[in-house]
Amino acid sequence: MSEVRDLVKGKVCYHCGDKVEDTPYLLDNRTFCCLGCQTVYQVLNENNLQSYYKYNQHPGKSQKENTADLSYLDESNIAAKLVDYKDDKVSIITFYIPVIHCSSCIWLLEHLYKLNPAVAVSTVDFMKRQVSITFKHNELSLRELVTLLVNIGYEPKITMQDVVKEGKKINQKDLIGKITVAGFCFGNSMMISFPEYFGMAEFERQYAQFFGYMNLAFGIPVLLYSASDYFKSAWRSLKQKRLNLDVPLALGIFVLFFRSALEILTNSGAGFMDTLCSLVFFILIGKWVQQRTYYHISFERDYRSYFPVAVTVLEEGGERPIQIADLQVGQRILVRNNEIIPADAILLKGDASVDFSFVTGESVAIEKTLGEIIYAGGRQIGGAIELEVVKPVSQSYLTKLWNNESFKTQEKKFDTFIDFISKYFTLGLIAIAGVACVFWLVGGDANKAWGAFTAVLIIACPCALALSSPFTLSAALSIFDRNKFYIKNTGAIEQLSAIDCVVFDKTGTISSPKSSTMFFEGELTETEWSLLSSVCRNSNHPLSREIVKWLGPCTVVPLDAFSEITGKGMEAISGRVEIKVGSASFLGVKSVNEEGSMVYVMVDGEVKGYFTLEQAWRKDLSLVVDRLKANDYELHLISGDNARRSDALKLIFPASAQLLFNQSPSDKLQQIDAWQDQGKQVCMLGDGLNDAGALRKADLGIAVSDDINNFSPGCDAILDGDSFAKLPSFFAFAKDAVKVIHMSFAISLTYNVVGLTFAVQGTMSPLFAAILMPLSTVTIISFTSLTTRWFARRRKLIG
Amino acid sequence: MSIIFFLIGCSVFIALIFLGAFFWANRTGQNEDMYTPSVRILFEDEVVEDEKVLEEGVRKTDKK
Repeated sequence: MSEVRDLVKGKVCYHCGDKVEDTPYLLDNRTFCCLGCQTVYQVLNENNLQSYYKYNQHPGKSQKENTADLSYLDESNIAAKLVDYKDDKVSIITFYIPVIHCSSCIWLLEHLYKLNPAVAVSTVDFMKRQVSITFKHNELSLRELVTLLVNIGYEPKITMQDVVKEGKKINQKDLIGKITVAGFCFGNSMMISFPEYFGMAEFERQYAQFFGYMNLAFGIPVLLYSASDYFKSAWRSLKQKRLNLDVPLALGIFVLFFRSALEILTNSGAGFMDTLCSLVFFILIGKWVQQRTYYHISFERDYRSYFPVAVTVLEEGGERPIQIADLQVGQRILVRNNEIIPADAILLKGDASVDFSFVTGESVAIEKTLGEIIYAGGRQIGGAIELEVVKPVSQSYLTKLWNNESFKTQEKKFDTFIDFISKYFTLGLIAIAGVACVFWLVGGDANKAWGAFTAVLIIACPCALALSSPFTLSAALSIFDRNKFYIKNTGAIEQLSAIDCVVFDKTGTISSPKSSTMFFEGELTETEWSLLSSVCRNSNHPLSREIVKWLGPCTVVPLDAFSEITGKGMEAISGRVEIKVGSASFLGVKSVNEEGSMVYVMVDGEVKGYFTLEQAWRKDLSLVVDRLKANDYELHLISGDNARRSDALKLIFPASAQLLFNQSPSDKLQQIDAWQDQGKQVCMLGDGLNDAGALRKADLGIAVSDDINNFSPGCDAILDGDSFAKLPSFFAFAKDAVKVIHMSFAISLTYNVVGLTFAVQGTMSPLFAAILMPLSTVTIISFTSLTTRWFARRRKLIG
Repeated sequence: MSIIFFLIGCSVFIALIFLGAFFWANRTGQNEDMYTPSVRILFEDEVVEDEKVLEEGVRKTDKK
């Protein structure tokens, strides 16, 4: 039995679970896919941390990728920026570690002290994928700490834009405190108001005044602390001469308190303190629901979060790491394997093979020749290269996008239904209150006039209205979330419903980086076919494997001679035929097109054709396009790539669609702007940094990503590639959500009208207010959540 | 009936203590990470040698 299990185990790496076929890495009867995985296992074993492997099977992540140079962490000015806290003895630092994925990760990272006693405490926040480490910096330098993490397979992501620190800025503690106080006062004042509502016997009347004062005592913190934001917001909006919903809310709260305090102090009535507390409590909850957001996804990323903190500069005295922000034109930099080129630079030395997947979404590496300018944002694959910086980091081809106007404005402001309605609501409310007041004054009843005026402002206080939008939209948000569509905030959902023009990027957005298709142009005879297959079988290069797969099963031809030059190509002789397979430069032919990776086939000195590897369209692309077209959305395509595959796209997209190719990042931004000038509400779907401008400029920017924990450019929503097919349903459901808001608005208005009929007559009792306010709130909350779910079910977004 | 003043005083006082406790918990960040502690509590100081029992346990938690 155990033998069988070992056999099964033998096929995968004990550490990471990757498939292992034939491996030299064996230890304790366990197989490993690479030296990295084996080293992690060894380190853990030596330190008695084998439990790591017991909580989960194969908890590790593959260590095949090489690790980066960490010498910049020794520079004190860089290190100082990274740590959260530092005193004489200890430092505290928070790392973002994207590979955290299971309970074993938590266990190991929280037992770091066993690996190195200089680590005092380490605490993992699983949802945010962060670990906060307190360590004695005299015994363990920051670089050694990071090296320790890298050695056990948990490489922290350290970038220019500190996502960890920016995430900490989001703070709801203040709001939660306000809700707590309001809830506390609400409960207590409700209890104290009960005797009044149930009626008191004559001898109990002596307590009424005491209860009144207690109520007043509970009302004061609610007014001054919990509701303070509403007064501030109302004041701000009045100063800007714009009426938002906080104006009638603040007015209602103030009148409620003022009238209640007056009644209590003059001993003329019981007041409405419990209504005040419940009102503030409910609207604060609405606010909290609306502000709830994803802590583990950052929507505010720019190029800085892709770039490392430092780069190695070559100087006369040798190598020296410097901060990227300090990089100057003319400096020579050294970029090692897997490092990012931080600024536009000229290639001086080395074989550059640059992966621009961050920028374009195309993951195939592009070869560059000496003297060529390499744009910032590419990742070097292969040996180290030397470059000379020609433009400062902020002025690069890619990064100068962020100097554009649309990035200067702080936050995109969405037009919401509530903003639109609140102007008329406030004016109508004041008009009704004024008319009621004047009516009773003319009638000669000043008391009733005062009563009616205040009652109108109290009863029509748009509590239910203020709740309808947050509760609907947050219910919708969680339904989108379940379908792997992560929207930044509730305002973006309303924007989503207003969209009438959808623009797609090509590579990585409508095509998937996960699946690719081989294309061959040229002709091969049957013998050449099987010869090619036999040659490619001998190579481990991914492209060779793709070619073998594409060629399918063929007879294997014995080769008399074979040689492979890594990264270039292969040559082989079989019988009298000489075959060469590889890049254009290897074969000495002129490349047919500049981009993408191409493999040429040459038989006896004659080029027979070439292979190209292209990303395949996402599944259901044509279905998505058809459904969007059927719903009268305008569709366009805007790609930084060349027009190679435009014929295929013309078949998928409708005739009215504009298909634009060879667009630079700023072209994309301007094109979006042009469509907006035509009065369209544009939604942009993109994935790479080159779409960042367009995503930002568009009314709604959606980043398509196949791994949401990966970095995606700043946007309003992140769509998981798997859910791409549901896109039309998402648009339709956003429209439904807005419909629900309109309906709940009608309901809350009905409550207001009922309340108002009593209020204008000056006959509103505290009990009536105390029942009506929570009743309308409960109706709205249950109506919105139920209807939203019903719509979601109809759109098949939930089961 | 004057006892009612005392009783209300007591109840409000106790409620205030809980309010204070909540504020303390909130300020010291106890509500910040709502997920990790639920995993952490299942870790043992040293995992028991009996692998079978443990694997069974892990499988159960995995299913969840």
